[in-house]
Amino acid sequence: MATIQLQQVEKKFSEFYAVKPMDLTIADGEFVSLLGPSGCGKTTTLRMISGLETVSGGIISLDGRNVTWRHPSDRNIAFVFQFYALYPHMNARQNIAFPLQAEGMATADIEKRVEEVVKLLRIESLLKTHPGKLSGGDKQRIALARALVRRPAAFLMDEPLGALDAEFRESMRAEIKRLHLSIHATTVYVTHDQVEAMAMSDRIVVMSAAEVQQVGTPAEVYYDPANLFVARFIGSPGMNLLAGQHVGKQIRLTGRGQYVIPDHLHGPLTEALNGNSEVILGFRPEAAEINPDGTLNGNVYATDMHGAYTMLHINLNENEIIHVRGDRAFSSPIGTQVRFNLKPDMVRFFHPKTEKAIRGEARS
Amino acid sequence: MSSVDLQGITKDFSGIRALDDVTFSIKDGEFFVLLGPTGAGKTTTLRIIAGLTKQDAGTLFFDGDSMEHTTPADRDVAYVFQQYSLYPTMTVFDNLAFPLRSPLRKIPEVEIRKKVDEAAQKLKITHLLDRKTARLSGGEMQRVSIGRAIVREPRLFLMDEPLSNLDAKLRESLRVELQHLQKTQGYTTLFVTHDQIEALTMADRIAILNEGRIIQIGTPNDIYDRPATTFVATLVGTPRINLFKAAWDNGTVLIENSELHIPSAGNTPAQFLLGIRPEDVKPTAEGKFAGKLVLTEPLGVETILHIQSGGQTLLSLIPGMTDLRLNDTVRFNLAQDRLHYFDLEGKRL
Repeated sequence: MATIQLQQVEKKFSEFYAVKPMDLTIADGEFVSLLGPSGCGKTTTLRMISGLETVSGGIISLDGRNVTWRHPSDRNIAFVFQFYALYPHMNARQNIAFPLQAEGMATADIEKRVEEVVKLLRIESLLKTHPGKLSGGDKQRIALARALVRRPAAFLMDEPLGALDAEFRESMRAEIKRLHLSIHATTVYVTHDQVEAMAMSDRIVVMSAAEVQQVGTPAEVYYDPANLFVARFIGSPGMNLLAGQHVGKQIRLTGRGQYVIPDHLHGPLTEALNGNSEVILGFRPEAAEINPDGTLNGNVYATDMHGAYTMLHINLNENEIIHVRGDRAFSSPIGTQVRFNLKPDMVRFFHPKTEKAIRGEARS
Repeated sequence: MSSVDLQGITKDFSGIRALDDVTFSIKDGEFFVLLGPTGAGKTTTLRIIAGLTKQDAGTLFFDGDSMEHTTPADRDVAYVFQQYSLYPTMTVFDNLAFPLRSPLRKIPEVEIRKKVDEAAQKLKITHLLDRKTARLSGGEMQRVSIGRAIVREPRLFLMDEPLSNLDAKLRESLRVELQHLQKTQGYTTLFVTHDQIEALTMADRIAILNEGRIIQIGTPNDIYDRPATTFVATLVGTPRINLFKAAWDNGTVLIENSELHIPSAGNTPAQFLLGIRPEDVKPTAEGKFAGKLVLTEPLGVETILHIQSGGQTLLSLIPGMTDLRLNDTVRFNLAQDRLHYFDLEGKRL
């Protein structure tokens, strides 16, 4: 297997950046997702790694070997697309065996290799079926098997679950992750779905507007987003973000109460704000606790039953609605005032101008 | 607004039964959701209510009056589609005013302006009124489509997957707006979707439709806590409910092909299906049951654990992140009062 390294890799179309210069090192056996909205540059990045797209600058290395200008077929990388690209006139087994036959491998060896991946993916029952008669999930299993059978140095996957129904997507997500755990192939996975990226990845590269916003583990991008974009994009719903005034040891929210800043954050916050009082307070829906003595307040805008929990939408000011995850039994009529507190270890601060996170621990 | 009753509605399309004896009632002011997979008959039901398709058998009533001999226009329903059917060269204002400017209505322009302004305010699109609709985002366009429906003050709103074309974040925020609007204005609404989250979060009541038949009608709590069949149980809830073949043997429930033996008072047949929602599988150091952790899926707010026992894998949903490692033994308890029992055909016991 392989490490993948990108050094100042960029892609320009005339004056416009599709991907601004980026550095990224993917360790051998690592599962890394490129996550972002459409047009953020994630697929272009993947295509540059595969060699399907040329770079405008920078160096791509595989296992320390510079492959920047190598042909895709010289890179020993397998590509799995959203659309399965199976040969309709071949049955599943023939589809899986095809890349090995094309290499001219001996029939007995092909048999052995096919046997291996069939067992790994548990697709014995599908082998004689033609793609036209397979479900979306099964087609994607065959496409995966065909990629695996080559034993490539790395896998590149471009939204492989994007075309599947919600129910298939959930189970295929777990299957691909289990497969990854059993073969530990270096994998770069492109998706716009933050749930998929969180559930599957060792690390996530969050991209927006042709630029890397943050590289981190699922826990890092969720709990400590580097900026407002990541805070909003990760999570369903995203982080609650409120404009407040830093006065004394408090963050004041106009007409809606105040939050007392923990002592160890007071210094870093004052320093980062550099004399300005405007600050953005961020917290995840599960960081707020409904409490009759809470120091913050708002009015119930809507409540959602989600089965295992209730999501409470609270209106603070005109068009400023926050989301609070509550107990399933919570119920309150629209318009009722509710008070809440924030769990201090789950409160984050952002600079309103730079939109970057202000971190306390990093400095102390 | 109106109440709506469907009694024994049946519809065939060239010999294939699209709707089979569909009966349900929507109360005045209720948010009623029709939930089912593609091809279940949801859109056909909407079209019959709107008068765009004629049923082969059965009767439709609005406020107790049969709609047998009424035209779609007489029924006075507003229809919101997945595709925003706005006039691209007109401004948002003119799009909203369009249904009111019908020559049949003869509404003075001052009145129209008042109604449009009110609708725009409710949907938070006042700042867009002078813009051409072609220049709006998908979320804004769908707000305008809904605005154009409410400005007419119809008897009934029919909504056919109106949020399906939007990305996840927009869908979420428009869902909350729609719910707020419906609850505060008391609009009678029939909302069709294949998305169980939309159904659970917005509905007063849900009807589950599959292959042209109503499987269950109930509040979101009823549907989630007491699914009538395994079809409903697996349709609603993410991650999906754990469902196993099981046997009852002298005070113990044995899950097939696993080491999970659950003490149970009984009253079950010898063979049945056992459903366990993932949040009811609760890892704890002193848990009565054990399995091997084979996969974790951290989602941020919660984590899905895949716990293997024998040949079966059980999903558990826990809050936050986990310190457990792969191949660790996980001990857990089950919320025993929340187990679901179904017969082998999938009917709730």
